Amino acid sequence: MSRKLRILIAKPGLDGHDRGAKVVARALRDAGMEVIYTGLHQTPQMIVEAALQEDVDGVGLSILSGAHMTLFPEVMKRMCEEGLEDRLLFGGGIIPGEDVETLQKQGVGKIFGPGTPVQAIVDYIHETVRVGDV
Amino acid sequence: MTGPPGAGKSTLVEKMTALFRKDGQTVAIVAVDPTSPYTGGAILGDRIRMSSLFCDPGVFIRSMATRGSSGGLAFRTREVCDLLDAFGKDVIIVETIGVGQAELDVADTAQTTVIVLVPESGDGIQAMKAGLMEIGDLFVVNKSDRDGADRLMVEIQMMLDLRPQCEGWRPGVMRTTASAGEGVDELVRQIQGHRDYLKKYGILGRLRKDNVRSAIVDLVRQRLEEKFWENAGIRSVLDRLAEEAAGGKMSPYQAFERLLEAREQNGMKPSTNKEQSDHVR
Amino acid sequence: MSDKIRSEKNQWRKKIADSKMRDVSFDTVSGESLESLYTPDDLGGFDYLKDLGFPGQFPFTRGVYESMYRGRLWTMRMFSGFGSAEDTNKRYKYLLRHGQTGLSVAFDFPTLYGRDSDDPVSRGEVGKCGVAISSLDDMERLFDGIPLDKVSTSMTINGPAAILWAFYIVTAEKQGVPPKKLSGTIQNDVLKEYIAQKSWLVPPEPSLRITVDTMAYGSRYVPRWNTISISGYHIREAGSTAAQELAFTLADGFAYVERGIQAGLDVDDFAPRLSFFFNSHIDFFEEIAKYRAARRIWAREMKNRYGARNPKSWLMRFHTQTAGCTLTAQQPENNIVRVAWQALAAVLGGTQSLHTNSMDETLALPSEKAALIALRTQQLIAHESGVTATIDPLGGSYFVEALTSRLEEKAYEYFEKIEKLGGITRAIEVGFPQREIAEAAFQYQKAIDEKRRIVVGVNDYLIEGEDLEIPILKIDPRVETDQCKRLERLRKERDSGKVKKALDDLRNACGSRENLMIPILTATREYATLGEIAGVLKEVFGEYREPPIYW
Repeated sequence: MSRKLRILIAKPGLDGHDRGAKVVARALRDAGMEVIYTGLHQTPQMIVEAALQEDVDGVGLSILSGAHMTLFPEVMKRMCEEGLEDRLLFGGGIIPGEDVETLQKQGVGKIFGPGTPVQAIVDYIHETVRVGDV
Repeated sequence: MTGPPGAGKSTLVEKMTALFRKDGQTVAIVAVDPTSPYTGGAILGDRIRMSSLFCDPGVFIRSMATRGSSGGLAFRTREVCDLLDAFGKDVIIVETIGVGQAELDVADTAQTTVIVLVPESGDGIQAMKAGLMEIGDLFVVNKSDRDGADRLMVEIQMMLDLRPQCEGWRPGVMRTTASAGEGVDELVRQIQGHRDYLKKYGILGRLRKDNVRSAIVDLVRQRLEEKFWENAGIRSVLDRLAEEAAGGKMSPYQAFERLLEAREQNGMKPSTNKEQSDHVR
Repeated sequence: MSDKIRSEKNQWRKKIADSKMRDVSFDTVSGESLESLYTPDDLGGFDYLKDLGFPGQFPFTRGVYESMYRGRLWTMRMFSGFGSAEDTNKRYKYLLRHGQTGLSVAFDFPTLYGRDSDDPVSRGEVGKCGVAISSLDDMERLFDGIPLDKVSTSMTINGPAAILWAFYIVTAEKQGVPPKKLSGTIQNDVLKEYIAQKSWLVPPEPSLRITVDTMAYGSRYVPRWNTISISGYHIREAGSTAAQELAFTLADGFAYVERGIQAGLDVDDFAPRLSFFFNSHIDFFEEIAKYRAARRIWAREMKNRYGARNPKSWLMRFHTQTAGCTLTAQQPENNIVRVAWQALAAVLGGTQSLHTNSMDETLALPSEKAALIALRTQQLIAHESGVTATIDPLGGSYFVEALTSRLEEKAYEYFEKIEKLGGITRAIEVGFPQREIAEAAFQYQKAIDEKRRIVVGVNDYLIEGEDLEIPILKIDPRVETDQCKRLERLRKERDSGKVKKALDDLRNACGSRENLMIPILTATREYATLGEIAGVLKEVFGEYREPPIYW
């Protein structure tokens, strides 16, 4: 029996645009993953606590507020502090290319922009997260 | 905590937890959501209602998907509770998926079962009495500021009048409005009361034994089943028999007997067509 | 006559039955199936005078004013705001210089949530998605040198609308402009916040009480102000269909009317100040039909269900914004074209004001050049296309009339469902509209992923290794630190005793039936901050949390 992937989908900050996060959460569910959806207005601390307690394989952040250069690094930092540096941190939203590059240099995984087919996200998670047997 | 979806279980859990915390107790919450039978995936969204607890080091929340278990809990919920217990949590709250009638597993796992209903559940209560109504140690009418709360309170009491008294415990029935935090302190008090009762009559130890016992029974069932399907060939025998049974050549019972036979004849050579027709005859 | 048409139509249908059709979906973007041809028999029991009438007359299907764009063009109102009050003030003056006729303020997320720029949760968000306004002081600098009796200002603010409106009114006072000379709009539509945009402050019930307070205050002291702009825009952006946008928006509108009446206001006192705000999505005719259906439903319900007698209470005036969610990050210049026909649909649908999106909005906030092209798009439609000469030019089109009626029917089906759930606030509590929208959004994404719907540059006609040549507007992180320093200074310099008293008075008023605009205005004059005033409201009324959505 292969282990089920567990992915946390979170909306950090004050941004209320949750259309994308919900579509992605559902698509991951339909791809057979267990998706922990935390809802809106999460602080980096709340997100990382949840990731820890839920023992997730990956954390996906959806940010459309322009605050990505604050929120991604802070989640990253806290994940490392909590010993979650081996878990995937990825995301999506309205994020300019050069910011994506900067974040990826800091260890953030792929960041999906507008127009991404959801299958690309599913494939990315499957490729990136190594799943052993139970 | 069990009851229909939308009854406000998560919000109640959040408010109860805040009270337990005030009292200095540490809390673990296991929130169960259904696995999609089509895709095997799940969306675990109960946390949305518990965000005030996220950063409290005295609270641990773990979401679980049913993964095919049908009794309202996830496989391994019991083990997860044991772990949380060993981890030193004073109170462990299990929230079931809340699809209605069949969630009886929780009563096997928990020491106190709280049934959460809302005034709108009134119409369905007759249908529920056979299952859900019998496992409740406490009954909560949540969102009790709405029309129909009084009637539901009365209906539950009437139902309890019909229920055989269980070792001197008459379940309490109370109102809450979880969103405003009303009635939650009374609920916590009654949960404590139920626990005192279990202790006083020595039921706690027996419950513990029952819990362990049904855990063992579960394991037996699981292991034997796993063992049964161990041999790779058996699945193809099943496929073939299923096809024949579906075609009307035999009943599922006959197919089952054949499956057993096939398994016992070690090596499991597929039987010939002639034998099959003999058997049908 | 009609029998003859029907029989000839059937013959025509037979003739084309075998012809080859392209293997694509011909449904509207909302999934409505369409015929390949519409004829008079698609109009059912169509009655010109009853269903259409004349412009400026009941039921206003053809438009709310007699002369429409021959009399006056729509207001070209570009939504903008970013960085500090000074940055945005500069952009406003730029837009006014280039022929924009009304201002529209975009606030940043902290402001939308009633949080000050120096609140810890505001970190990283100050000035990013709009302008940061934490106090009267910021508002004064935002409108510095802009005479508030000369421009009309629309403010996209909801949960804390009463507070930002108070900032604006007092800013005008300081310019020597009395409230009765102010014109503009506060969005102030909290119901759609719970449904779609999710920038709420307190739970629905107390929020609606504050809304009614603003309605009552406005009708008495700020008579030219639209105190609510009932918005479908965000509902659509969150992924709804056209019918859902129409239905949920109108259902919200009815709820505000009912609240006003329950609070003892005369419907004709406040209804003329209600305005609407719709999306202009990608499906040209469906959008036009939506606007026409919206006017007709509103007029009928206001007159018949709510007994309004003043014709001004019946007419639905609305602002339109082109659909941000239809723009693509790929080949962004194509967005100029998308925006152009969305804007055209809004004009053909009879909008009163219009915002056209900039081509770079899927990448960041609009740069100056992109915003100017978007504004020019409106001017091109107004002056070169010729569409402003004739009122409701698509009226009488078999197709558009049939689609208008279909959307109307769909809206009524939703009204019925909402009614069964116990009204729109209860429906929101159980997550009904939210679920419908999430489902529609998912289906839309699926159609694109499966290429049943083609989006140019996204799932077809791609350019490999596309190089982006659009300059991106960046917000200087200094905006946040400067804003925090300014607030620190403000808190030191103001009379803290008076601020405390004003906030205490507001707290007490919350517990009474007093109109909350009065104590909010008083606190504003003492330079109490947005976060402090909103904090009192949250302290008394509690904070709202989203209900879980069951998929």
